[in-house]
Formats: sequence, C-alpha cells, structure tokens
Amino acid sequence: MAEHDIDEVTGQRTTGHEWDGIRELNSPIPRWWIYTFYVTIAWGIAFMIAMPSIPLVNDYTKGVLGYSQREAVRQEIVDARAAQSVFRDRIEQASLEEIRDIPDLFDFAVAGGKSAFSVNCSQCHGAGGAGAPGFPNLNDDAWIWGGNPREIFDTIRVGIRSDHDDTRFNQMPAFLADELLTRAEVNDVVEYVLQISDQDHEQEAAARGQTVFREQCSSCHQESGKGIRELGGPNLTDAIWLYGGSRDEIRKTVANARNGVMPAWEGRLDEVTRKQLAVYVHALGGGE
Amino acid sequence: MTDAALMPPVETVDVEPVNKKGRRALHKKRSKIYPKRARGNFRKFKWILMIVTLTIYYVTPWLRWDRGVNAPDQAVLLDLPARRFYFFFIEIWPQEVFFITGLLILSAMGLFLTAATVGRAWCGYACPQTVWTDLFIAVERFWEGDRNSRMRLDGASWSFGKIARKVSKHVSWLLIAVATGGAWVFYFADAPGLAVDLVNFEAATPTYVWIGLLAAFTYTFGGHAREAVCTYMCPWPRIQAALADEDTLIVNFDATRGEPRGSHKANESWEGRGDCVDCNQCVAVCPMGIDIRDGLQLECISCALCIDACNEVMDKVGRPPNLISYGTLNMADQAARAETPRFKLFRGRTYLYSGMIVIVAAIMVYALASRPIVSTSVQHERSPLFTTMSDGSVRNAYTLKIANKRHENREFELSVVGLEGADVSRVGGEDGLPVFTVGPDTIDAFHVFVTVPRDRVVSARDLEFVVTDTGSGDVARTDSSFQGPVR
Repeated sequence: MAEHDIDEVTGQRTTGHEWDGIRELNSPIPRWWIYTFYVTIAWGIAFMIAMPSIPLVNDYTKGVLGYSQREAVRQEIVDARAAQSVFRDRIEQASLEEIRDIPDLFDFAVAGGKSAFSVNCSQCHGAGGAGAPGFPNLNDDAWIWGGNPREIFDTIRVGIRSDHDDTRFNQMPAFLADELLTRAEVNDVVEYVLQISDQDHEQEAAARGQTVFREQCSSCHQESGKGIRELGGPNLTDAIWLYGGSRDEIRKTVANARNGVMPAWEGRLDEVTRKQLAVYVHALGGGE
Repeated sequence: MTDAALMPPVETVDVEPVNKKGRRALHKKRSKIYPKRARGNFRKFKWILMIVTLTIYYVTPWLRWDRGVNAPDQAVLLDLPARRFYFFFIEIWPQEVFFITGLLILSAMGLFLTAATVGRAWCGYACPQTVWTDLFIAVERFWEGDRNSRMRLDGASWSFGKIARKVSKHVSWLLIAVATGGAWVFYFADAPGLAVDLVNFEAATPTYVWIGLLAAFTYTFGGHAREAVCTYMCPWPRIQAALADEDTLIVNFDATRGEPRGSHKANESWEGRGDCVDCNQCVAVCPMGIDIRDGLQLECISCALCIDACNEVMDKVGRPPNLISYGTLNMADQAARAETPRFKLFRGRTYLYSGMIVIVAAIMVYALASRPIVSTSVQHERSPLFTTMSDGSVRNAYTLKIANKRHENREFELSVVGLEGADVSRVGGEDGLPVFTVGPDTIDAFHVFVTVPRDRVVSARDLEFVVTDTGSGDVARTDSSFQGPVR
C-alpha cells in the first residue's frame, strides 16, 4: 500500500484494510512485548548453546552443559537402587517368616513384589493374581504345590514342568486319548468326581466310577480325592477348579489331560525379587 | 482590613492529572506522580487502617494456640508438608478444602457488599497494594521530603546529598520488602523455629527463594509501580462498575457549588463564582494522579485524600467544607435540588448480599460444627472382584481408610451391615480381628476381607461399612458393594 489512512479520532495510522467500515489501527506493539520477545530469542540461543539441540547426520550437538536425559534417567535408577539397598540387603538376610513380622520390611516386600508381579506374572495370573482357566487364582486357599511362603518361593524358583533341573513335575495321563480307559469308564469316573465334589451326578455311574478312580487316579489324587500335594495332585473335592469343574470340563481333563507350565524364575529374577514375590503372593490372602 | 486579608494565601500547585478529560494518547509513557502529603480525617483514618492491617499481617503468625501435645501450637498455620490448615480452633484437612470455597464466597460477598455501599473502600484503605504503597510513599517522604522537594531532588544533578537520600530510601524500601516476604513464610512453618533457622541461614532454600520473590514484588509494586498496578493490572476497577449504583458512596466534586472555578484573591467577593479556587491541591495529593473534578473515574480508589486537601483549602479561604465530599450520586442530585441529601443504605443489593453472607456463614458454621471427628472410605478390590474359596464361600477384598482427626491414638472396630452371616477379617494384625489402631492426626489404610459362607453367596449386594471408635463410640459409615459369582 502506498498511502496510509489516518484515523480521525486518534490520529493513528490504520492498516489500510477495511472490514464493514471499520479500519484497524496500525498501533505499535507495546514495548514490554518487544523486550520480552528479545529476551525469548536470547534465551533460545543460550539454550541451544547450553543444551543438546541440533541434530547432525550421525550425532547431535551435545551442548556445553553436557546434559543427557538418558544419562539422567540412568542415574536416577542407580540412585533409586542405592536408596532401596538398605531394604534389599535386609530382605536378603531375613527369612520369609521374619520379613512378615517386620512391618517396614513387609511393606517394602509387598510393594516390590507387586511391581515384579505386574511385570512378570500378571500375563498369566492376572493383574491382581486372579488367574484364569488354566492359570491358578493366587487369592484363594487351594494350593496344588503348597501355599506357605517357603513353598510359594520354591515354586517361583523352579517353576512347574519347566526346564529347571528341580522343577515341580507331575503328569496327568490322557486316559481316553492314550486308550487307558474306555469312553464309558471315563464317563463313570467323571460322575464320581462330580459326586465327591458335591455336585449333581448320576448315582450308578458314580458308583462304577469309584472303582475306576481307585485303580487309575488315587495314586496322585488319593482314594478320597483330596489330592497329594507332594506329587502335585490337585484336591478334587473342593470348590476350586483350575480348568473348570463342570461335567464337560472334567471330562476333557480326564480324556485329554492337562499339563500347564510355569517358567522357573531362578536365573531370571534375583533372589530378593523372588522373596518379595513370595511375600506378596502369600499376602494376597490365600496363603497358608 | 477584612478577615480574608488575614488568611494565609492558598498555594496553587502546578500539576497535570494523568487522565485529563479530552483527547489523550492511547500509548502514553507513564508520568511519575509525586503525591503530596494530605492532612485531615480521611488521612488519619488511613494511617489507623495501615497500622491495623500491617499489624494483623506481621503479628498473626506469632500468635499461639494450644492444641495438645501432638499438634502445632501456631494459631494460623498452613502446614503444606502435613497437608493441614490450622486456624485457631479450626483444623482443615485436604478433603475439607470446600471450607476454603465457602470462605472465598464469603470474601466475595463481603467485597460486593462493601462495594455496593461504601464504594471502593477496599481499594482506598485495605488493599495490600494501597497499604504498602502508602507505607513506601511515607518512607520516601521521610528521606526526600514532600512533593516539591522530591521533584526538586529528581530534577537536581547528582550530588553526594542526592545519592545519600536515594540510597537511604531504596535501602529502607528493600528492608520493608524483605520483612514483608519474611513475614509471609512464617504462615507456612512454626514461626519462632523458622526465625532462628532464617537468621542462622539454616532454613530450606525454597524459603529464601520465596522471601526473595515476595520482597522483589513488594519493592517493585509498592515502590515503583504503585498506581499503575491499580490502573493497568488489577481487574477490580472494571468489576467495580458493575457493583456500584447511584446509592453507592463515591468521592464527588460538587460542581454546582464549585464552578465556575478560578483563582481567588483575598478580599475578593465570592459572588458570581464557584468555591473552587482551582488550587489543584486535590490533584497534588491524589496517589492515583487524577483530577476528581473531572468526575468519577476508573482510577479513583476512593481514598478521599482529595477531600482532606480541599477541606484544608476551604478552611483557609473561609468557605464551608466538603466541596469535594463522600456521597452518592443520588445525594448529589438531592443537594442540587436543595433537598437534604440522604444516604440510602438499605436497598435490594444490600439485602441480597447480606442475606447471602448470612446463609453461607450459617452453612459453614453448621458444617464445621457437625463435621465428623473420624471419617472413613472404602475401596473395593477390582482384581479379582471376588475369590471363591475351597469350601465354596466367596470372599471380597477391600482397602479401608480410616482418618483419625484427634491428636491421640484411637482404636476402631469394623463391622458390615447388609450382608447376613458375613465374616469380617483384616490382613495382618492380631488374629485377623477387624480392629484397627490409627495414630494421632493420621489416615491409615488397611486391607480387609469380607467372606460369606457357601449357602449365602449372592451375585451382588450393596453393603455398608461401619467403623466404630471403641473409646468414644463415634461412628463413621461408608457404602460399598459385595460381588459374587453370577449363577
């Protein structure tokens, strides 16, 4: 624009644009604003010099302060570890029973166990240890391999049917698939299991099934069906079923067998973490 | 010789108001204002209020209030680390901050009521900006003299005397500023202990940072920015217009009596002219730098110092006082009609604001008096929602929080209502009995289990947790739910 209109009232120049008869004043920017703007520019330049800023082909400018966010995080982790070491050392020394009796140690163990559980165990056992079909609920009071802190700790260490040398191991035979029992015998034994677990069942079939059960199942589950913990034989008389307690589910288990696997955590998690996990799992409320 | 000839001459001041009526530049550089000292009733009132408000501010943190062994004995304390606010007999927990809301509503209503009746009395007398600016001007006057000598000093070339005066002034200002910031931090910690730490340079760094920040703001706002804070930064002058009406007290120049103005010589007749001798004293004393004769303006903080200045002049020239006076627009109209001006205090606005103040205050007093001394909250564990036990019973887990607002250990018992045959137990503790000990003035969290036997299992049920103080029998209740398998 070559010429500038002058606003009558203020004597200011206008921008020359007109909107419905209104012209905008071409007022100067306030001085404080300009100074603030200059300060931000100066700050930006100083920041570029002081901090990592310009990406290069293979690297980036490091800045004179040498700050690195990765390094800072690394240092924070080291510091946090150091701060925890007091507790970690005490947990290493103490037995599982002792940890339970010392409130601050117990709180630290539960908190650490909970976070380790979220990272390593929740994939199968659920966020709160609620389990899922095939993956035990750790909140309840039924334990196939034992539920006191020492037994839980050992299970975590060696796993179940894992590649650990001392792993907890037992195998349920696939009675129908491997032709150990006939289809009728399988049906009978299922009725018997329904009977001892206090569910609806066919009386006659269950009576026949009892004989089959004594011959085929009692070596792991006992004649009473209450299981043998040393062998990992589950209790069949209670209300808790790892793979479901309905007629169909029990039949599937007897016919095709179930062989769940839990990895061994020795070598993957250090002993302090495993102790924390054992304390946490035991504190979920179902421990013995 | 007449009486008038004996009277001392009135000094006419050469002063330009900051916002003279008429055309003025939109972007004008700020002109420095040299407020002249005023003498009179309003000035006295202002001194008294300055002493009162500053005393409240500086002394409050040092007042003690005995709360027993486990609590601080400072009457007013904002304990941020422990998240408590102590105000004499009142102790506010974080979950009770709604009391602050009530307090803010009360303050707002109080401000509305003041604004509707006595105009900008807050601005003129009680606002911290006004009080500290007034204090800083008083200090400035002490070192550099009143208006004329200050202007002369600023105009003079630099000399030892000028430097000495300026340095003394700024040092005094800074000392006041630091004392201001220093007093503020005492509201957030035990004052005597912090004072010792401060002088030994053992207090936490943030404390010094806060003192520095507040000192810097006090120095800048009270010493340098002064009226610019009110005119340009404060929103209140704008809000004010919506709260005032024709029955609100304002500072008013009586134009019918004052005009036409002009200088007046002793012995001259007052016939055919106004009482205003155009001495500009009202402009010279104004801390905002305005001319009240131009009518009520946004800048006017109603401090009434111009009334003092004018009355002094009226006294000298032998005219009746209150040419500039505190009055309402209605009163001005009545005076113009030769009626007796009457101040109308009771009207819709004042009834409304007072009514709201009474209602809110009553609600707050009731809430304060009836608030529980123990409170509790329960969170239902969601993972898992419920656990089936080997005997077929169903168990739910909860996190129970109990807040003990007494300054002593208390023991609580938990029971549930709404679930027959339910067993309540806690994780840990002696034998898992639902008994909890909570320390003084703390909130503790506990894990509890509620178990119902197999034959009473329900898919879902509301239930109520009842926490009873075994000592006093105080009861706190909270609702939750119980979840079971759907069948």
